Amino acid sequence: MKSLLLGNEALAQGSIDAGLSGVYAYPGTPSTEITEYIQRSKLAKELKIHTTWSVNEKTAMESALGMSYVGLRAMVVMKHVGLNVASDVFMNMAVSGINGGLVVVVADDPSMHSSQNEQDSRFYGKFAMIPILEPSNQQEAYDIMYNAFDLSEELKLPVMLRMVTRLSHSRAGIELRERRAQNVMSLPDDTSRFALIPMNAKKQFDKLVNKKSLLIEISENTSLNSLKLSEDRDIGIIACGIAYNYVMENIGDDVDYYSILKISQYPLPKKKIIKLYQHCHKVLVVEEGYPVVEELLHNYFDDNDKIKGRLTGDIPQTGELNPNIVANSLGIFQASPKAIPSIVAPRPPQLCEGCGHTDLFNTINELIPEIGNKSVFGDIGCYALGALPPLNTINTLIDMGASITMAKGATDAGLENAIAVIGDSTFTHSGMTGLLDAVFENSPITVIISDNSAIAMTGAQESSAVGRLHNICLGLGVHPDHLKKMVPLKKNHDENVALLRNELKYKGVSVIISERPCVRLSRDQKEEIKAKIASLS
Amino acid sequence: MKTNIILSGVGGQGILTIAAVLDTAALSENLFVKQSEVHGMSQRGGAVQCHVRISDKEIFSDLIPEGKADLILSVEPMELLRYIPFLNKYGWLVTDSHPFINTDNYPEKNDLLEQIEKHPYHVIINATEIAKKIGNSKMANMVLLGAAASIIPLSEKSLLDAIKNLFQHKSEKIVSLNLEAFFAGKKIAKEMTDLAANN
Repeated sequence: MKSLLLGNEALAQGSIDAGLSGVYAYPGTPSTEITEYIQRSKLAKELKIHTTWSVNEKTAMESALGMSYVGLRAMVVMKHVGLNVASDVFMNMAVSGINGGLVVVVADDPSMHSSQNEQDSRFYGKFAMIPILEPSNQQEAYDIMYNAFDLSEELKLPVMLRMVTRLSHSRAGIELRERRAQNVMSLPDDTSRFALIPMNAKKQFDKLVNKKSLLIEISENTSLNSLKLSEDRDIGIIACGIAYNYVMENIGDDVDYYSILKISQYPLPKKKIIKLYQHCHKVLVVEEGYPVVEELLHNYFDDNDKIKGRLTGDIPQTGELNPNIVANSLGIFQASPKAIPSIVAPRPPQLCEGCGHTDLFNTINELIPEIGNKSVFGDIGCYALGALPPLNTINTLIDMGASITMAKGATDAGLENAIAVIGDSTFTHSGMTGLLDAVFENSPITVIISDNSAIAMTGAQESSAVGRLHNICLGLGVHPDHLKKMVPLKKNHDENVALLRNELKYKGVSVIISERPCVRLSRDQKEEIKAKIASLS
Repeated sequence: MKTNIILSGVGGQGILTIAAVLDTAALSENLFVKQSEVHGMSQRGGAVQCHVRISDKEIFSDLIPEGKADLILSVEPMELLRYIPFLNKYGWLVTDSHPFINTDNYPEKNDLLEQIEKHPYHVIINATEIAKKIGNSKMANMVLLGAAASIIPLSEKSLLDAIKNLFQHKSEKIVSLNLEAFFAGKKIAKEMTDLAANN
């Protein structure tokens, strides 16, 4: 019997079977299950594969590069916006190149199911001039991952593997292959390429740019990019990654009438594209995300009317694809679906019953009449739901860590009573440096670290902040008199309101650690957290 | 043979367990399966759905196209109606009548049931109540799976084996309670489905 795996799990198993020595990651939907799968894998434990969560995507990617530097195969995993955090090392390790195979797995979230934007990671891959692999289904996620380290080592470049939500979070039966041995440690012959002082960097950058034709040649020859020309010249379809499935769903029975170029590896195979273009009267580009390929086609060819896709409105500019959207773009008739009865009410996500964040927001809301309703800066995590009714506490939510620094900037400009609300793990991910900025200028802001001892939104993973928040704040220079603690419970409401009111009066940096474990933590997890805190004090 | 099933409910109500039973049963019959599910923010008390596709041929799309679902199996009546655009002409609706109310503007239960009854092929049962009598309202999902079993083109044996498989790491007792829930759902729904099948 085949193994039933999520796209994410198939990829994870593929990495283990391909000789992985370490996975580095920070949780983020839709990428989280990749690392979790390896963490739970008995085999991974036997093979001593590194699986501990990193503090953020940048530290994760740098650690993966370190593992690659000594010759082992490493993988770094993140959601699309995580790549923004890691983009510094990402761009530069394309220049230095790698030693042991290094795969950057990025899961994009078109339609923003759990994200702030729907940026397309293929832009980053192109920007860094590295190969991008884009599986169309779960088996390909396994197979492509199984071979990705080889490609990386052959080219001495990091390789990007792009996933999207629907593939990450959909299951199918997977056939596994024979497991391969891990690399043994082998330091690079010449380390100068990793020392990117300008004279080395210039040399390396030339090498990178000169690899482009080799990368394209590999893309032309790989079976991942397959071209099928039909006698019917009416329409040619370029189907990238998961888009191929939606195309095949619609034309499966009449596939012989269509010319199709299936793309799962970039840079684009230009010759195959030209063949398709010349063969057909019209070319439809179906891709999940931004019109990356469609724009490139406009660069290749002058006859713009021939190229159809998101830019021409044949496919909507935003949002993820589905079989119906693709059917429309192919001009396939669809009966209009039954309507949702009007009595059906929306049911947006909300904080869990008994969640400590709710009590914290109730405390802040008590003071809104005094401080105004536009000075609470929020951050990324479950508590972002505090921006919705009935709480309506939070005014902003931009990126990891921005609560503290936006509060500081607004205060610099004269806003009074600015409050930053940030979770424990988001604080260690990207809040600490911003707090140091505020301490440095003694900015009059009140930072509330809503500490639930977990990375809750993504499924209560272990938070590196556990047991360390107090000392981190002291170490960053927060004044001990203004480093407070509260327990967000109904019975403490009045006391907590008084505490917050008091700290808002202080014209310098205050930090209040609002401490109550996530209600989703299991008993075992709570015990582990207690033991961790005990071991640290 | 291709069967498209939408499972719906509210985050935390156990639709993924139903999906896991269907997937395991289908794979044991050497069929192709695809199952798309929701992770992340929506899981927090929000509307969630799961697309299960079972076929004897390769399945391409992870998502079921609108108008192509053969069955919507819902653990909550309002969440059933949310996915009506996916139902095909002869598709079945199977739902728990017990509402999960966590919003202020939740509609009247009877209005919801009335909408569901407009569709010719439906099974409405109080699965939560039946499960509670067996021992735990959480097993409403297995009651509903039992109720839908005759509509799903998988053998009862593979469904039962899959349930055993899935719960055996918990305890023998939990296995037998879940099987009991399955049979209770099957029994109560049998008359309704037979009736519609004859019409």
